[in-house]
Amino acid sequence: MFRSLTEPTGRLVTVSLDGRSVELPEGDNLAVALLRAGHGPFRTTPVKAAPRMPYCMMGVCFECLAEIDGVPNRQTCQERVVPGQSIRRQDGARSTGSAVPPAPAARGTP
Amino acid sequence: MTAGPAHQAAADGATVDLAIVGAGPAGMAAAIRAAELGLAVVVFDDQPAPGGQIYRNVAHPPPLPRHVLGPDYHAGAALVARFLASGAAYRPSSLVWHMAEGSLSHTGPDGGGTLAARRILLATGAMERPFPVPGWTLPGVMTAGAAQIMLKTSATVADDAVFAGSGPLLYLVVAQYLRAGIRIRALLDTTPRGARRRALSRLGSAWSGRTTLAKGLGLLAEIRRAGVTVHRHVTDLAAVGADRLDAVTWRSGTVRHRLDCRTLFLHQGIVPNVNAAMAVGCRHGWDEGQLCWRPALDAAGRSSVAGVMVAGDGGGIAGAVAAALSGEIAAIAAASDLGRIDDATRDRLIAPLESRRRRDMAVRPFLETLYRPADAYRIPSQDETLVCRCEEVDRGTLAEIVRRGCPGPNQIKAFSRCGMGPCQGRLCGHTVTELFADLTGRSPDAVGHYRIRMPIKPVTLGDIAGP
Amino acid sequence: MSHAAFAIVGGGLVGAGIGYGLAKAGHDVLLLDEGDVAFRAARGNFGNVWVQGKGLNSPTYADLSRGAALGWRDFAAELEDLSGVPLHFSQNGAFYVCLSAAELDRRADALLAAEAASRIPSGVERVDRSAIAAVIPEIGETVAGATFCPLDGMVDPLRLLRALLSGYQRFGGRVQAGARIARIDGDGRGFVLQGAAGTVATADRVVLAAGLGNAALAPQLGLTAPVRPVRGQVFVTEKLRPFMSCGIHFIRQTADGGVICGESSEEAGFDEATTRPVLRDSAAKITAVLPLLRHVRVVRAWGALRVMSPDGLPVYQRSATHPGAYLASVHSGVTLLPFHAGPFAAALAGDWLAPDLAAAFSPERFHV
Repeated sequence: MFRSLTEPTGRLVTVSLDGRSVELPEGDNLAVALLRAGHGPFRTTPVKAAPRMPYCMMGVCFECLAEIDGVPNRQTCQERVVPGQSIRRQDGARSTGSAVPPAPAARGTP
Repeated sequence: MTAGPAHQAAADGATVDLAIVGAGPAGMAAAIRAAELGLAVVVFDDQPAPGGQIYRNVAHPPPLPRHVLGPDYHAGAALVARFLASGAAYRPSSLVWHMAEGSLSHTGPDGGGTLAARRILLATGAMERPFPVPGWTLPGVMTAGAAQIMLKTSATVADDAVFAGSGPLLYLVVAQYLRAGIRIRALLDTTPRGARRRALSRLGSAWSGRTTLAKGLGLLAEIRRAGVTVHRHVTDLAAVGADRLDAVTWRSGTVRHRLDCRTLFLHQGIVPNVNAAMAVGCRHGWDEGQLCWRPALDAAGRSSVAGVMVAGDGGGIAGAVAAALSGEIAAIAAASDLGRIDDATRDRLIAPLESRRRRDMAVRPFLETLYRPADAYRIPSQDETLVCRCEEVDRGTLAEIVRRGCPGPNQIKAFSRCGMGPCQGRLCGHTVTELFADLTGRSPDAVGHYRIRMPIKPVTLGDIAGP
Repeated sequence: MSHAAFAIVGGGLVGAGIGYGLAKAGHDVLLLDEGDVAFRAARGNFGNVWVQGKGLNSPTYADLSRGAALGWRDFAAELEDLSGVPLHFSQNGAFYVCLSAAELDRRADALLAAEAASRIPSGVERVDRSAIAAVIPEIGETVAGATFCPLDGMVDPLRLLRALLSGYQRFGGRVQAGARIARIDGDGRGFVLQGAAGTVATADRVVLAAGLGNAALAPQLGLTAPVRPVRGQVFVTEKLRPFMSCGIHFIRQTADGGVICGESSEEAGFDEATTRPVLRDSAAKITAVLPLLRHVRVVRAWGALRVMSPDGLPVYQRSATHPGAYLASVHSGVTLLPFHAGPFAAALAGDWLAPDLAAAFSPERFHV
């Protein structure tokens, strides 16, 4: 769908995209590189689980969020491709990496 | 002086004379002039390279033929070069997230911190006006500005895209696509009937307007010559699809159309990016000509908040040339306010810049009339249309809250969560004000806007807590 | 211009709560709501239904809070049924965490000692760090322990206000938005309420529930509202998957996923701004108590103005010089809501508060 009109200006480096290896040009705008790689959707929304992809590409809409190197909700349009980077799709709200423990109501609400 | 202003400004905890937020034409021009006048200047910008959106990546553009992006774009390279050589400290990929009482907090690749600034100049530029049509959140729907950014940063394009909307940037991006040899499915022009006639009546004596008009017409002629299908007076535009864009639908007159497509680029003009100025408390008013909020500024760019100035499109849409001039004027005024130059010098320096800016802006009322986006695309009428993309609040929910009696946008926000997401109201603020005004018969000024809060963009609690 | 049996000045949680109770009892009520940018405590409110530590020196206030907290579950159910607005009320208890053993000792001793003076037990107990960790595994290493009270809970304050107004309107209550009242005259037969542009409404009786706005209006009716703004700077974060099933006194996860957090208290007049030093200290404490929040983004921060009386207790008053004029100045608009919508509304329509309550919360206590 998206393609580059020129040869990549950066050397191709390997990044991990949802656990699989993909070659992207180093230093390229990450959102653009992901779009060209056919990645999508980037995430689903926390409210209605709707799929979303980049919209504004200038950092104001917060649609292009992804987990980058373990940090969720990063704006891919504001990032560049770095060798060894790990990008993951996000489903809904970001996780804190912990399960919800049971409520302490068992302690005896009067 | 070699380890002078720039060096001092780079050290955290230092006091600078002028902190500039944004490295587009206004911010760069201001930095150059302020540094010339001996001010210690630091420029923060959220992009990795200077230029703002208009000159994005202009110092290292992709190897496309120069005519693709055009001379107006490449002209920015000289300004970027002068900026980088100006001696102003420059912090790319940096976010200014808090400002108060002459201090400014930032994060960035080198960590972050807080510095004191005798003057702050907000040069935060413009963003594309929200385009709340049904389906505008579907994957595959982007803005025309986004298409241009992809072209500028990565020579990346989408084949067989549909472009829809109005305004000079839309035509420019279409023309840039065509110059690059990219097939375009269609251009759906949403400019309402009669706009050109109304605009011509406002041209008056603005001679420069004729050049601008000629440029605009030239772009349209270029688009027609290329054989692109152009539909005019497009109404009821909608993006259609389940999990991604499948088609775009619209009406021309009484005829309903549907066109299958995978990429839709929307655009209906740009508005000032006012979050920073609002968060710091600058008084704003509704600009009826530009249909947007703009900060109340004096001729030099001083806002209602002491020590805070605004230059460039963030103070009202005026284009790159006027933006750079306003940046220079603000820098001179700041130097004068700080006692670095006397009043006579200030006036002598500002006068020629002011008259050039006045000439450049004479065409604005004409452009505003010509490219005034249709009411139907600013004020959604279908209940299902999403107004707030982040919290997924639709028009119907907002209308119901208004119908039950609601004092304004802040109550709407509190009751519906509209505007509470990570974009902090950037993509819904204008819509909410205009929708509220429309539903209650009040003026946008009387309705008001969300109270914009810090942080100016989301930052982590760790960033706020510091190391 | 409209007339009502009761005019309530102030459309926040206190005013809407009183209005809800009066309208439910069949009274003719007009709620006068200030403009869109009023200093609205509900918008800055944490949404804590909070009991522990309240009324350490006033058993009457402790019991008022506890009674209200005990009534919250039924009140929330009634309001949800009526309005259709989910309130996300829960009452799983909450921790007040202490970062040092000394602080924990002081606090736990004070709370447990005061327990005997109250009629209604709060169930408060002292817990160590491991007991917190059993419920909130991410609790920071530097936390010494907490006091835990099972009566403490939480509710979404924004949805709560929306639901209250909706329920109030269902009971026939009227709302006039954008009506900032500057002057109230009583002529012995009724009251005339005026805004900047002239008369807004007339009423047989008038209730001042305008938060900080009460200070200027009260003297006009022979009432006293010794309240001042106390600023608390608050953060709200991006949405997280649920990870907290009960609150910490200054950190709670909302049903929408965001975490509302912050602990600060300043005398800053009517300035709602945020300041860098306070944000820094507050963020440092939040991330010490819950280190996982270090990497979580703040979407909004603001200075919320609490309505504070000299002793922190509510002020309820009936005018001696202007019969039919009443005042409620309260900073615990959420916790005390079942009281305001219930017994307090009934007291306005009837023969005022029971003598012990009337005495405990009269502003005359400040003049002894």
